[in-house]
Amino acid sequence: MATELRDESRMIASILAGDAQLFHELIRPYERRVYAMALSFLRNEADAEDVAQEAFLKAFRSLAGFRGDAKFGTWLVSITLNEARSRIRRRDAIKMESLDEPQDDQGHSSPALLRDWKEIPSEALERKEVRSLLQKAITSLPQIYREVFQLRDIEQMSVNEAAEALGITVSSVKVRLHRARMMLQKNLAPQLKQMAPKRRWWAWS
Amino acid sequence: MVIECKHVWAHISGYLDQSLPPDVLEQVQKHLEHCEICSAILDSTRNILILTADERVFELPLGFSERLHARLEEEIKGLEP
Repeated sequence: MATELRDESRMIASILAGDAQLFHELIRPYERRVYAMALSFLRNEADAEDVAQEAFLKAFRSLAGFRGDAKFGTWLVSITLNEARSRIRRRDAIKMESLDEPQDDQGHSSPALLRDWKEIPSEALERKEVRSLLQKAITSLPQIYREVFQLRDIEQMSVNEAAEALGITVSSVKVRLHRARMMLQKNLAPQLKQMAPKRRWWAWS
Repeated sequence: MVIECKHVWAHISGYLDQSLPPDVLEQVQKHLEHCEICSAILDSTRNILILTADERVFELPLGFSERLHARLEEEIKGLEP
């Protein structure tokens, strides 16, 4: 069932009224989103699964505190973000990633210059090496860019929803998103282009 | 007004999101019409966004759902009197 067609507030009311089993159905459409968020933070499948489970459990336990003014999906993303961040803090207590992160608006990144660019067809994703190249590029973005990119371009949230989930302003979302996209272009475009025509009919270059 | 490549790069993201103000949009579009380099940057960025949005990039591990729902079931059962 499409998310839009489900009456989530009604489901939540029923769960809170005692039909706890309905929680299984409530979260089904969000499993991949929560896992992907966790993975892009933790960069490790086992940790990501663990954090995703914790996030769903936490959502279940604190469902009574969910106020209907945000979408359930957005609320769930905030919980996942908090879980992932606190896991990272515990895990990387010594290695402080945040110290290495550039501030918004600072630094100029120039894109990868390619004289011609032909589209890489999405069939390329059937190749494991292409998928892992993309995963690696996303997970290696500094955290403040990675989270915005994840919400906006992978989970397709609106700029406003992403701002709400992250607790930052809409203009910060836009600035960070731009930087994230440009970093990925610079990193990925030359590599994708290079991986190109092993098969003759993908005339990419 | 003619704008430089660097100026266009600052608007790639806004261009893709169709959130540029009309005057900027017009300048960027004019530039793109004759600049192969910026057109390639735009095309490659757009393509990367299409690829990264694909569900196959971050797939759920085998058995993820089963393990998750089993754990939730334990939690739910634990609440029952």
